[in-house]
Amino acid sequence: MSKVLSLSGVSAFYGQIQALKSVDIDVNEGEIVTLIGANGAGKSTLMMTICGNPRARTGSIIYRGEDITNLPMHEIARRQIAQSPEGRRIFPRMSVEENLMMGSQVVKFADYDQQLGLMLELFPRLKERFGQRAGTMSGGEQQMLAIARALMSKPKLLMLDEPSLGLAPLIVKQIFSAIRKLNQEMGLTVLLVEQNAFQALRLAHRGYVLVNGAITMQGPGAELLARPEIRAAYLEGGH
Amino acid sequence: MAYALQQLINGITLGMIYGLIAVGYTMVYGIIGMINFAHGDVFMVGAYVGIIVLTAFSGMGLTAVPLGLLVALILAAGLCAIYGYTIERVAYRPLRGSFRLAPLISAIGMSILLENFVQTSQGAKERAIPSLIPGGITLMNENGFVVQLAWMQIAIVITTLVVLGIFTYLVTKTPLGRAMRAVEQDAKMAALLGIDTNRTISMTFVIGAALAAVAGIMFLLYYGVIDFYIGFDAGIKAFTAAVLGGIGSLPGAVLGGLLIGLIEAFWSGYATVAYKDVAVYSILAIVLMFMPTGLLGRNDVEKV
Repeated sequence: MSKVLSLSGVSAFYGQIQALKSVDIDVNEGEIVTLIGANGAGKSTLMMTICGNPRARTGSIIYRGEDITNLPMHEIARRQIAQSPEGRRIFPRMSVEENLMMGSQVVKFADYDQQLGLMLELFPRLKERFGQRAGTMSGGEQQMLAIARALMSKPKLLMLDEPSLGLAPLIVKQIFSAIRKLNQEMGLTVLLVEQNAFQALRLAHRGYVLVNGAITMQGPGAELLARPEIRAAYLEGGH
Repeated sequence: MAYALQQLINGITLGMIYGLIAVGYTMVYGIIGMINFAHGDVFMVGAYVGIIVLTAFSGMGLTAVPLGLLVALILAAGLCAIYGYTIERVAYRPLRGSFRLAPLISAIGMSILLENFVQTSQGAKERAIPSLIPGGITLMNENGFVVQLAWMQIAIVITTLVVLGIFTYLVTKTPLGRAMRAVEQDAKMAALLGIDTNRTISMTFVIGAALAAVAGIMFLLYYGVIDFYIGFDAGIKAFTAAVLGGIGSLPGAVLGGLLIGLIEAFWSGYATVAYKDVAVYSILAIVLMFMPTGLLGRNDVEKV
C-alpha cells in the first residue's frame, strides 16, 4: 500500500501553547483513518496543520512523496487535499451553488458538472436549496454543504472534521454510509476526526487516539474498539 | 421646481463620482478590514494622468475628444492599478497580522507620500483644462431660470454606470469575483479551497484603484480644475459615502455616494455653500446613530 500522507515528529503551537507534540501518523491509499480524542486534544489542529495553518514547527508532512510542510495553504489545497473543517465554515453570503463552485476551484472546469451531479445525488437536500444563501440554511444542511464542497475538488485525501456534529442520527447514518460508499467504490482516502468514537472506529480501517496533543494508541478500528481503556474513556456513557 | 431639478442633476453627477471612489474603500475594508486612506490620492493621480494625456493630445493638434478621453481613461486606469498594487504590496502586506492601527498609519503615510510626489513633480498650482464637451440640453425654462443638462454630465453618468456595470458583473459572475467574496467572508477557508488569498487581495486593490482613476477623470471633466490636494477632500467624502451606505456593502457605497452628492448639491443650492460639508457630516452622524451599520450594512447575524 502506498502512503498518501505521512507525518513524522510534527509539533504545532498556538502562540506559546503547544497543541501537537511530535505526532506520527500514516494514511495509506484507500484507507479510512480516524482520529479520536477528547475536546481540546488537538484533533482539529492536526488537520489544520496538514493544511498549513498553523504551520508545523518541527517534523515533516509528506504527501504522496512530496514534502508539503512549508507550502502555502492554497498550494497544499491545489494538490487535492480537501477539508471539511471544524465549524463547517461555509460561505454564508453565497448561494449553495457558489459554495460548491468554490469547492471545485482546484479542478478542471469540465469536472465541475460531473462532481456537481454526484453531490446532488448524494445530498438531495442541496438540490432543493441550490439557489439559497448558505447562511440561511439549518446546521445539518450546512454540514452537508461543507462535506459536498470538500468533495467537489475530487480529493485524493479527504479530511472530515466531525461530520456528525449537530446532525440528526438518521443524517449521521447517511453521511457515514456515503463516506463508506465513496471509499469502497472510488477508493477515496479519508482522514476522519470524530467525537462519536464508536461510529468512527467501526467505519475506519485504522484509528489513532490523541491525548493532549500526542498519539497514545493506534491500531485497527475493531481492535481499538475492543480495548477496555478506550471503552472507558470514549465509549461508555452512550454514543 | 426648476431650481430643484437643476440641483438634482448636479447632485447625481457628483454623487456618481463619489460612488465610484467609495466602492474602492468599501471593497478593501470588506476584504482586509482596513481603511485605505491612500485611496483618495490614487483618485488624484488618476485625474493628473488624465490632464497630462488630454493636454498632450491637444498639444499634438489632435482634436478627437472621445478618442482622447478613451486613451486617458485606459492609461489612468492602468497606471493607477499599478499604483494600487504597489501600495498594497509595499505598505500594507508586510503589516498584515500586526496590530490593527499599523496598516492605517501606513496608509496615511502613503497618502502624504503621493500628495507630495505629485506636488513636487506636477507643481503645487492648480491645473486646468477647457471644457471638453461644451453645451447641453435645455430641459426647461421657468421664468428665465434655465435648467441645463450638460453633455458633460450625461457623459459622466453614462461612463460611471458602464464602469459600475462591468464591475458588478466581475464581482458577481466571474471566478475572480467569487474568490474576492470568499476571501471577504472567510479568508482561511478560501485558502483551504485553493484560493491564493494574497493574489486576491492584490486584485482587489488593483480593481479599486482602476475605479478611482476613472472617478479622477470624471472629476477632471466635471470641474476642469485639479490640484494635488483634491484626493483628500474627495477621499474623505467618498469614505463618508461608504460608511453611510454601510461599509463593506458595494451597492451601499454607490447609494452612499449618490446621497452625499445630493445632500451637497441641495444644501449648496438652498442653504449656504460654506456649510455644505457640515450638512454632509451631520447627516452621516444622524444616520449612524439610528443605523450603526449604515443604510445597507449587514448586522452579521449568522447561523452557528
